[in-house]
Amino acid sequence: MNGSTEKSHIISALVSNESGVLTRISGLFARRCYNIDSLAVCATEDEKLSRMTIVVRGDDSVLKQIVLQLGKLPDCKLTGELNANKSVLRELLLIKINAAADKRAEIETVARTYEAKIVDLSPDSIVMELTGKPGKIDGFIEVLKSYGIIELSRTGLTALERGGGKLNS
Amino acid sequence: MKIKGAAAIVKCLLEQNATTVFGYPGGQIIDLFDELYREPKITSVLTSHEQGAAHAAEGYAKATGKVGVVIATSGPGATNLVTGIADAYLDSVPLVAITGNVPVPLLGRDSFQEVDIAGITMPVTKHNFIVKNAQDLPDVIRRAFSLAKSGRQGPVLVDVPKDVQQAMIEYEQKPSDPPSAPTEPKDITAAVNLINAAKRPVIYAGGGCIASDASEQLTQFAERIKAPVALSVMGLSALPKTSKYYAGMIGMHGHASVARLIGQSDLVIAAGARFSDRVAGDRTKFCKHAKILHIDIDAAEIDKNVTTDAHICGDVKQTLELLNARVEQKADETMLQLNAELKREYPLPDCKGKLSPRTVIRYVSAHARDAIVATDVGQHQMWVAQEYSFPAPRTFLTSGGLGTMGFGLGAAIGGAVGTGKRAVLFTGDGSFHMNMNELATATRLNLPITVFVFDNRTLGMVRQWQTLFYGGRYSSTNLDGNKTDFVKIAEAFGAKGYILDDDKDVAKIVDTALSENGVTVVDCKIDRDEFVLPMIPPGKTMNDIITSLDEPKKENRQ
Repeated sequence: MNGSTEKSHIISALVSNESGVLTRISGLFARRCYNIDSLAVCATEDEKLSRMTIVVRGDDSVLKQIVLQLGKLPDCKLTGELNANKSVLRELLLIKINAAADKRAEIETVARTYEAKIVDLSPDSIVMELTGKPGKIDGFIEVLKSYGIIELSRTGLTALERGGGKLNS
Repeated sequence: MKIKGAAAIVKCLLEQNATTVFGYPGGQIIDLFDELYREPKITSVLTSHEQGAAHAAEGYAKATGKVGVVIATSGPGATNLVTGIADAYLDSVPLVAITGNVPVPLLGRDSFQEVDIAGITMPVTKHNFIVKNAQDLPDVIRRAFSLAKSGRQGPVLVDVPKDVQQAMIEYEQKPSDPPSAPTEPKDITAAVNLINAAKRPVIYAGGGCIASDASEQLTQFAERIKAPVALSVMGLSALPKTSKYYAGMIGMHGHASVARLIGQSDLVIAAGARFSDRVAGDRTKFCKHAKILHIDIDAAEIDKNVTTDAHICGDVKQTLELLNARVEQKADETMLQLNAELKREYPLPDCKGKLSPRTVIRYVSAHARDAIVATDVGQHQMWVAQEYSFPAPRTFLTSGGLGTMGFGLGAAIGGAVGTGKRAVLFTGDGSFHMNMNELATATRLNLPITVFVFDNRTLGMVRQWQTLFYGGRYSSTNLDGNKTDFVKIAEAFGAKGYILDDDKDVAKIVDTALSENGVTVVDCKIDRDEFVLPMIPPGKTMNDIITSLDEPKKENRQ
C-alpha cells in the first residue's frame, strides 16, 4: 500500500504450546493479508509457552494492526516488536554445494572467512552450517552461488532483545 | 462427583444460566441431547436446519443480552452452523456453539461425518476448542462462555468427540465467572479536549452501544455536548427516533440528511462503531474536514479503517459515563438545529407502486409497538432500517456485518423465545426462500411471529445494482418463473397466510396478522423496481450520494 514507508519488522510472540496455535497465527496473517518473510517457532524456558519470531513487511500502521490482532488471540500471551538495533538476531543456514576435488581448498577458505562449519562431505558435495545475522547468511549464499548450490535450508530469524529485560507488550 | 462428560456439559450450561439452547441432534451428539432430555431446567429448541438454530441462538443473544447456545452434530451438522457463527463473529454476538465429533481414536481418519470444524471455524470465532481429554471438558465450557461474553463479544466453538461425552469425569460445580470488568478506559484527557474544542460535533453510534447497554449514557452525552446522533445499522435502536438527538442512519443507504450533517461537522465521535466500508465508503476520504475521536472496546479497531485524532479504548458505557462527568456542558445547539432542518429538507423518498413497502413498515412500526423486529438481507432490510421506529434497544435483529440472507426467521424465533414477545420478520421473497423451513419450528412452538414477505419476484438489491451499475443486465435475479404461493406455504406449515397488494388494505391486513396468536405470513406484493434510496455507491463518499433515479451513475463498481 504505502511502498515508501514499508519496511521489515521483527515481532516476537509468546504463545501457548498447544496444537493448532501455529495455524491460528499463520491463518490470521493470511486472511488479513499481512506479508510474512519468515516465521520461526521454538520451545522456551516455560514448557507451556513457545516463542514465535515473525519477520513481516509493512508500514507502521500495518505493524500496529498485526500486534493488536495477535493480542486478541487467547493463545497469544505476549506480543511485541523487537528493535533490530537493540536485539541479537540470528539465523541458521545449512547449505549443500557442488565441491569437486579441485575446488575444495577454495571452498574451505570461504568457509573459514565466514566461520562456517563443514558438517558433511561426499565425493562431489559439501554441506556447511553457518549461524549469523540474516545479512551475513545472504552474503555467504551469494559467494557460494558460483560453485552451484544443490539445496539449502534456512531456519528463519530468531531473536532476543539485548540486556536483562523480558518481552512485555 | 463422577458423571458423564455430556452430563457435565449440561451442568456447566446451568452454571452459566443458559436455560435455552437451540440445536439439531445427530449420531455424535446423541449423548448430549440424552442429558438435555433429563434436565427439565433447560429448554432445547429443535429447528429444521442447523443454520436456523445458529441464527436463532444469535437472535436470542441479541434480544436478551445473554450468551446464545447452539448445539449440532459432527460433519454436516457442524458445517451448517458456519454461516451463523461467521454472522455472530462479524456482528460481535456472544455465542457458544457445541458440536459433537467422532470418537478421539477415529479423528483424522476421514471417518463418517468427521470434519475439522475447529479448523474450519478458526477465522470466524474468537477462539475454539477440541476437547480430547475428557477431564478438561467442564473448564473448557466455562472458558468458552467467559470468552464469548468478555471484551468485544463473539462466538466460541467447542468440539466434543463422542467418547469424551461418554467418559466418566470428575465434576464439581463452580459459580459462573462474574462478567469480566469492562476494559478500564485509560487517559481520556485528549478526548475531552477535542470534544470541548469542537463547535459542530456529531456522534456516530454503533453496535457497541447496544452490546454495552449504553443508550442512557449516549443520550446524556448527546445532551451534554448538543450533538446529534447518527446510527450505523448495528446501532439502530440505541436511540429512539423520537429523541431530539436522533439524526438517522449513516452509511450506504443512510439518510441523506445524515450524510450532509456529518459533512458539516468538525468532530465525529464514533462510539462502539468501526467505520466499516458500508459507512466509510472511501475510508481515505471519510470526513477529511473533521477531527475523529474513536471509542471502542477492541483496541484493534482503533486506526484500522480510519485514522483517528484521539481514541479511548474501553467499554462504551463506562467511557461515556467518564466523558459525561468530564466534558463541558455546551449551550450551542447549532448542530441540533441543523439536524432538524436537514431532516425536513431531505425526507426519505417515497415508493411508487400500488403497495409501498415503506407504508407497510411504517404501519407495523406504529402498531406493533412492543415487538422484536427481525429482517433478512436486501432492500427490505434497508427500508426497515430507514423507516422503523425501534421502541427500545435490543428490539432490532439484523445481519449487519456478514449480510446473511436467510438470517431472519431463525433470529425472529430466537428473539420470540428469548423475550416471550411478538416477533415481526420483514423479509424478501429471495431471502425467505433460503430458510423458510424454520416456519415448521415457529408453528410447532406456536410462537407469535408475523412474517412480511416483500414479494417483488426478483432479487431486488442485486437488481438495483444491475440497474444502476450493470446496464440493466438482470443476470440471475429474475424470479418470475417461481410458482411459490406464500399463502399456501404458510398454510402447509400450519400458519395463516394473507395477501397484501394495495396500500389501502394495509391497516386491515396488518391488524389481522398482528392480532393472531400464532404464526402469520403476509405476502406483500410490491413493485420490482422500487429502489432503496438514498444510496452512496460503494467506495464513494457522501458527495456522490444518489437521491433520485433521475441521476443514475452508470459505472462498474463493486
